[in-house]
Amino acid sequence: MINEKSQKSIRRQKALSERLQKISKSKFYLIQDEVFKYFGLFCTILGIAVLIVFLFNLFVTAGSRIDWGFLTNLPSRRAAKAGIYTAWVGTLWILVLTTIIALPIGIAAGVYLEEYNKKNRFSSLLEVNIANLAGVPSIVYGLLGLELFARFIGTGESLLTGALTLALLILPVIIVSTREALKTVPYTIREASYALGATKWQTIWNQVLPASLSGIFTGMILALSRAVGETAPLIVIGALAFVPFVPTSVFDSFTVLPIQIFNWVSRPQKEFSVNAAAAIIVLLSITFMMNGIAVYLRHRWQKKIKW
Amino acid sequence: MKNKFLIPVILAGLFTACNQKSGSESSSATDENILDSTANVGTIEIDGSSTVYPITEAVVEEFRVESPTVKVTIGVSGTGGGFKKFGRGEIAIANASRPIKPVEDSTCTAAGIEYIELPVAYDGLAIVVHKDNSWLNDITVKELKMIWEPSAQGKITKWNQVRKTWPNEEIHLLGAGTQSGTFDYFTEAIVGKAKACRGDYTASEDDNVLVQGVSTDKNAMAFFGIDYYEVNKDKLKLVPVNDENDSNGKGAIAPSQESVKNGTYQPLSRPLFIYINKKFLAQSEMKSFAKFYIDNAQKLVGEAGYIPFSSEAYTLIGQRLEKQTTGSVFLKLKTTVGVKMEDVVKME
Repeated sequence: MINEKSQKSIRRQKALSERLQKISKSKFYLIQDEVFKYFGLFCTILGIAVLIVFLFNLFVTAGSRIDWGFLTNLPSRRAAKAGIYTAWVGTLWILVLTTIIALPIGIAAGVYLEEYNKKNRFSSLLEVNIANLAGVPSIVYGLLGLELFARFIGTGESLLTGALTLALLILPVIIVSTREALKTVPYTIREASYALGATKWQTIWNQVLPASLSGIFTGMILALSRAVGETAPLIVIGALAFVPFVPTSVFDSFTVLPIQIFNWVSRPQKEFSVNAAAAIIVLLSITFMMNGIAVYLRHRWQKKIKW
Repeated sequence: MKNKFLIPVILAGLFTACNQKSGSESSSATDENILDSTANVGTIEIDGSSTVYPITEAVVEEFRVESPTVKVTIGVSGTGGGFKKFGRGEIAIANASRPIKPVEDSTCTAAGIEYIELPVAYDGLAIVVHKDNSWLNDITVKELKMIWEPSAQGKITKWNQVRKTWPNEEIHLLGAGTQSGTFDYFTEAIVGKAKACRGDYTASEDDNVLVQGVSTDKNAMAFFGIDYYEVNKDKLKLVPVNDENDSNGKGAIAPSQESVKNGTYQPLSRPLFIYINKKFLAQSEMKSFAKFYIDNAQKLVGEAGYIPFSSEAYTLIGQRLEKQTTGSVFLKLKTTVGVKMEDVVKME
C-alpha cells in the first residue's frame, strides 16, 4: 500500500518535472523569439536612422538653398548664382534615352531566355554570363562604352553614348527581373491559352507579358534608379564638368547631377558644398520619385490581373 | 491594351530619331564652315587640368555674356588626360597645369596638330601645417627635399631628424595624388625630378581631403594650391619656404600674391597654361574666345583664386596668340621652376 502510494507520488513527480521541463523549454523558445524580434527591429531602425541623420543633415545645410533659381540657373563660378539646370535636364535626357534603349532589349532577352530557350549548354552559358554581368563594376562599362560607342561607332561624347553605356549597365538587371516576373505567371494560364488554340507568340503577348508587367516595370525602375546615380562610367565616356547649355539632340554633350555634385564637393569654397548638398537633395528626390512610381505601377498592374 | 503598341512605337521612334540625326549631321558639317565665318556660332570643346578649370570656367561664363550662341564645354580629365584628347584632335583647347611633355608633343606632331602655348596664370603651392603648430615657422628647400625624397621612406619619420630644434614627434605627410600635375610640379621643384617621391604619405586628388587631414593632426604637413589655403585660413598655418638663394629674396618667404608675382616665392610657384589647336583658330568664334581669354585673364585669374601675370606679360601673350606662334617655349626650357613669365614670353 505504502509502496503503491510512493510509486504514485514518484510518477506524479516525474510527470511534473517533465511538464516543468517542457515549460522551461518553450519559455526558452519564447525568449529566443523575442530577442530575435528586437534584433530585427534594431537592424531595421539602424538602416533608417542612418538615412534620417543623413537627410536631416542635408536639409539643415542646404534646405534653404533650393529655390526656383537653383533649378533654372546655369552653372556658374559664383556659388550663389550657380544652378543645376543643365545637370538635371541632362539626367532626365539620360533617363529617358536609357529607358528607350534598355527596356525593349531587356524584355525581349528576358522573354527569350524564359519562354523560348531550351535547356542546353549554350543556354546555361548565357545564363551564367548574364548573372555575372550584373556584378561587373560600372567603370568597366564606361571603358567599353568609350571604346565601342564613342570611338568605334563614332557617337562621340554625346548623350547617346552615355545612354547606350548606361543601358548596357542595367540590361542584366532588367533581364533577370523580367525572367523573375515571367516565372510568377502560373503555367496553367499558358496551358489555358494553348488550349484555346493560341500560338506561343499570342500566349506571350496577350497573357504572359501583361500579367508580369508590374514585376518587369518594378525591376526596370529600380535599375534606372541605379543608373541615375552612376558617375564613373559617364566620366570615362566624357560627360563634362561645365556645360552651360541644355542639350537639344542626342548628339549634344551633356552633364548629369552626380558629376555636378562631384565637381562642387571638390571646390575649396564652403558655399559650393552647400550647393552640392542641395543638388544631392534634388537627386534623392528624383530617386524617391522613381521608387514611388515603381510601387504605384506594381499596385496598378496587380489590380488589373483577374484570374 | 495600350501597352500593345507601346514597345513598337518606342522602337520606331528611336530608329527614326537616330537616322534623322546622323543624316542631318553629315550634311550640316559642310555648311558649318561657311556659317562660322560670318557669325559666332558653333562649339568649343575644352578639357584637361582641374587646377586650370576654375579660370577657364570664369572666362567661359563671362564669354557667354558677350556671345551667348557659342557653346563652350569644359571637362576635367586632368592635364595628362586632356593632352591625350588634344593629341587626337578631339578638343580645341587643353587646360594644363604643366607644360606639354616631349611625348605629348610628338603625338601632336604625328597627328599633324600644331598648337599655340599660352601661359595664363601663376599658381603658388603652399606648405601648410596645423594652426596650433608652434615650432614649424619656416622650412628650407633642402629640408623639404630631405622629407619628401624617395630615400626618406621609412627613414625620416621624426621631426627632430630634420631639424634638431623640432620635437621628437612622428611626421605625417599629405599631398596631391600621383596622377596630378601638382604632384609632378612639387616633386620636380623640391626633389629635383618629377614624380620622384617617397610613397608613404597620404595622397588624395581631392584637396579638401588634404585640408581636412592637416587641420586635425598637429604633426601633419601638406602641400596644395594656395587657393585652398586662402579659404581655410582659420584652420591652417602657412609655412614660409627658404630656397637659400638670396638673389631672389632673403630668408624664408611665404606665398602671397606679391611674392609669387615678383618671383621671390621660389621654387613653389608655377605657371598654368592653355594649349590651343591652331586648326580651330580658323573659326571666328574660336578666335574671339581665345582673344577674350587673354584680354580678361588678368581680372578673372584673381577671382578664381590664382595669381595673374603683369599686364605687360599678358600683352606679350596676346601678341603670341595674334601671330599664332606655334610650339612650346617651355619644352625648350625643359623646366618651369623659377621662370619669370615676361622673360620667357619675350624669348622668341
